[in-house]
Amino acid sequence: MGAYILRRVGLALVTVFLVTTAIFFMTHILPGNAAERILGNLAERENVLLLEKQLGLDKPVLVQYTSWLGDAVRGDFGESIQHRVPVEKLLVPSVGYSLRLALVAFLLTIPISIIGGIVAGVFRGRWIDRAITVGGLSAAVVPEFVWAVLLVLVLGVNLHWLPTNAFPGTDASVPEIVHHLLLPSVALILVLFGYISRIARAGVVEAIESDYVRTAFLKGLSRPAAIRRHVLRNALLPTIAVTASMVPYLVGGLVAVEIIFNYPGFGGLLLKAVQYRDYPMLQSAVLIISVVIVGVQLVADILFAVLNPRIRQKVSQ
Amino acid sequence: MSAPTLELRDLSVAYRVRGIDRQVLRGVSLAIQPGEAYGLVGESGCGKSTAAYAAMRYLPRNGAITGGSILFEGRDISAVPEAEIRELRRAAISMVYQNPIAALNPTIRVGEQVAESFALLGNGRSESRRLAVEALRRVQIADPSKVMDRYPHQLSGGMAQRVVIAMALASSPRLLVLDEPTTGLDATVEAEVLDLLRSLIAESNTSILFISHNLGVIRAMCNRVGVLYAGALVEEGATATIIQRPSHPYTVGLMRCIPRGGLDKYDSHLDTIPGTPPPLGTPLPGCVFVNRCAIARESCATAPTPVTDLGNGHTTRCPYHAEAASMPRVVASEPVTASDEHRAERGRDLVTVAHLSKTFAQGDGDVRVLSDVTLSLRHGETLGLVGESGSGKTTLAKTLLGIHPPDDGSILAIDGKALGSTIDDRTAHEVASIQIVFQNPDSALNRRHSVTRIVARAVQKLAGATPQASEERAQSLLDSMSVDPVLHSARPGQLSGGLKQRVAIARAFAGSPRVVVCDEPTSALDVSVQANILNLLADLQARENVSYIFISHDLGVVRYLSDRIAVMYLGRIMEIGPAQDVFDGPHHPYTEALVSSIPDVDGETRVRVRLGGEVPSPAAPPTGCVLHPRCPRRIGSGVEDLCTSTEPPLREIGPGHAIRCHLDVGQLGSASRAATA
Repeated sequence: MGAYILRRVGLALVTVFLVTTAIFFMTHILPGNAAERILGNLAERENVLLLEKQLGLDKPVLVQYTSWLGDAVRGDFGESIQHRVPVEKLLVPSVGYSLRLALVAFLLTIPISIIGGIVAGVFRGRWIDRAITVGGLSAAVVPEFVWAVLLVLVLGVNLHWLPTNAFPGTDASVPEIVHHLLLPSVALILVLFGYISRIARAGVVEAIESDYVRTAFLKGLSRPAAIRRHVLRNALLPTIAVTASMVPYLVGGLVAVEIIFNYPGFGGLLLKAVQYRDYPMLQSAVLIISVVIVGVQLVADILFAVLNPRIRQKVSQ
Repeated sequence: MSAPTLELRDLSVAYRVRGIDRQVLRGVSLAIQPGEAYGLVGESGCGKSTAAYAAMRYLPRNGAITGGSILFEGRDISAVPEAEIRELRRAAISMVYQNPIAALNPTIRVGEQVAESFALLGNGRSESRRLAVEALRRVQIADPSKVMDRYPHQLSGGMAQRVVIAMALASSPRLLVLDEPTTGLDATVEAEVLDLLRSLIAESNTSILFISHNLGVIRAMCNRVGVLYAGALVEEGATATIIQRPSHPYTVGLMRCIPRGGLDKYDSHLDTIPGTPPPLGTPLPGCVFVNRCAIARESCATAPTPVTDLGNGHTTRCPYHAEAASMPRVVASEPVTASDEHRAERGRDLVTVAHLSKTFAQGDGDVRVLSDVTLSLRHGETLGLVGESGSGKTTLAKTLLGIHPPDDGSILAIDGKALGSTIDDRTAHEVASIQIVFQNPDSALNRRHSVTRIVARAVQKLAGATPQASEERAQSLLDSMSVDPVLHSARPGQLSGGLKQRVAIARAFAGSPRVVVCDEPTSALDVSVQANILNLLADLQARENVSYIFISHDLGVVRYLSDRIAVMYLGRIMEIGPAQDVFDGPHHPYTEALVSSIPDVDGETRVRVRLGGEVPSPAAPPTGCVLHPRCPRRIGSGVEDLCTSTEPPLREIGPGHAIRCHLDVGQLGSASRAATA
């Protein structure tokens, strides 16, 4: 098991490296650069060249890349071209805010979706199953930014149930923070619920129809006991894998929702970084995203192996 | 007399399919006395399993009891509340069914699952565990505390079935329902599980309801038997009586389909039952078997057929039962014969396999799945391949087909010409000349193509014909497989299992093959369909002079079709020779164990020769003779040390009959000797 985890961590590091490298070269292929952006369309050509030289943009891409990589490995992520401050000064607080939102959203989404899926699976074919399945899928086909706008209008502006401002200020208390994050979280829940609950439902249905659950019934277990002891664990295995694969999706949704709610997360930062060709900022943001996504996948893989004796056995060989 | 343990009284069960109730059981009445073992036989779809689950009162969501009652120890349980049924399942009625590994929860340790059965009876946690170890010991698991900590996928099929049986017997049930408990297990494992069940039942007064499609198994296990057809019990009586003097045309037909008593293709074609069973839920006001019956009168279709008592508890639902035993055959009994021209070719080698080995690289070590296999396949003959799972039968077949390449140094030739080691290395003609028919035609046929298209494509590819010509050839091939022209445009999904297998055979014959590998071609089929397919294969062979490599776990079927038989164990040929010699002996101790493990329909009492333990992993084969740790004849043979140190060569003991054993021929067992002993 230890060797397996080590191997997976190694693979994860390789993935992160490949992603950041790919992003670095892709952004440099894009037309325009930071110097042109900063000085505007009407800037004199020589001024642009001068600024490029100051920013180090005149060097070959490969040289830029190796110097960025060398600095990054030492923990120096460079200076934001746009804001002229070290990248981490801006990134660290905004990533903190984003993680807060992601955490609240995910902590709400996963239990709600899994419970929804289990209820639908256990009561397959009844009205509650149809409501969950149809409702979940209908909600999922609406993009999260549309939900965000609708939710702000209905729950915030018209009904005054939830605050429309997602950010209560830097010195707010924890309940206050969570309260303000509910509205953007709901937008994300609405999109993810349909997918995750569907997988959980399919897992439950498959387990209920399996021979081993029939064995449980024929042993004389009651339905709730059979479901608790024999259905849930087997049903949740595929759900874990799928939920982990939804994380990139959540990150994408997060960026859109943050912008709509004017939330000081790193979504806004990322968007501006792309617009201004703020390479150091962009690179660091991508690095963080890939670390988060790969990290979650890693945790899910390990969890999967822990819960599934078959995989665990293969893994330890 | 006390009340029967289980009684079904005029029980009717229906399944609701697309809004319509379809009758699955039509007024079934039967009673099982305390301590009695009652068998229920019939082909698939006749309602056997429904009857079994009805006894547990466990019907699918769309199933409902539409009439009659289920009595357990005299008490009607067809409508009692769920909580009471649960109580009965915990304490009085248990069930064991097919596919034991799937019957255990894959994520929970075996011990915990067995202990759960005891916990449900009100035992504490540690007490339940102690009882579970005890229960595993009772089902003859050698190291129960080790098995307790395993997960189901780490068990062999036979071991898993023992665990399931241990669970079922936890409550010392008064009724044990067994639904095909040994189907899918190897013959030797099946025999062991049946032995175990027999001894456990003998210790108790448990009543048994035993469901099986295999009459041999029923004969070995049950005192009385009922024959189900289309949801109705058509005949019932003492097991020996039903098998020796069947008195319903359906039972008579069933008995005639089974290749038994050493019958082979040179004796006679197999008889069969014409037509197909009625679709689920067809209204049948008269006799349920009328459409397939050779002696039916006009009135049979409309007039209900009451039960006729023939005495001694033997009943039949056929009013013309006196004629049943002598009813006309559907297929004439004439033997399968080849033309003189073909016969002249026989005896000459077609395929030569020499020193064939196959090693798979697996993780840290290599696994040798085939080891130095040498054999020949002659023109127009069938070579039967038998052996337990893991013996290398299928790997040998796949290597012949070029699906995976053999190890270096292996020789593979057809008509004296070396064959490429993989399909890519072979000419189109060579590929066409060796074809295969699989066990499961579903996965072998493209579901989206019509039957004609499937066969035409094969003709095009294997025979290199034009699209126009291949279409015509496909039609005529299908005709010769007796596939009705109406069905030529159907898709595989619309066909029955037997028809699909005919299409698969037509596909294999598309390029006029010289060799067809038949890998368990009839294992998934009912006996009447199996008989048709075996007749078809035999006739095709006589006409085309094609050679078969026939793999089957059913030794009766192998014997029927095979001219010669090769017995495999751990990738080696242990015995090879003419079919009759291999079966009659003197034979290899492994063959002896295999042959003696078949539950015989005719109830011949044979001395069971047991193999100890389980098949070793081919990754670490035993030293010397690979069978020595399990060999029933090693101890006392005088050559014990030789067996453990040196692998015996394949040595000829009769014309064309060779065995891989150190023992003297006089020390070996034979079927004839065992029967007289």
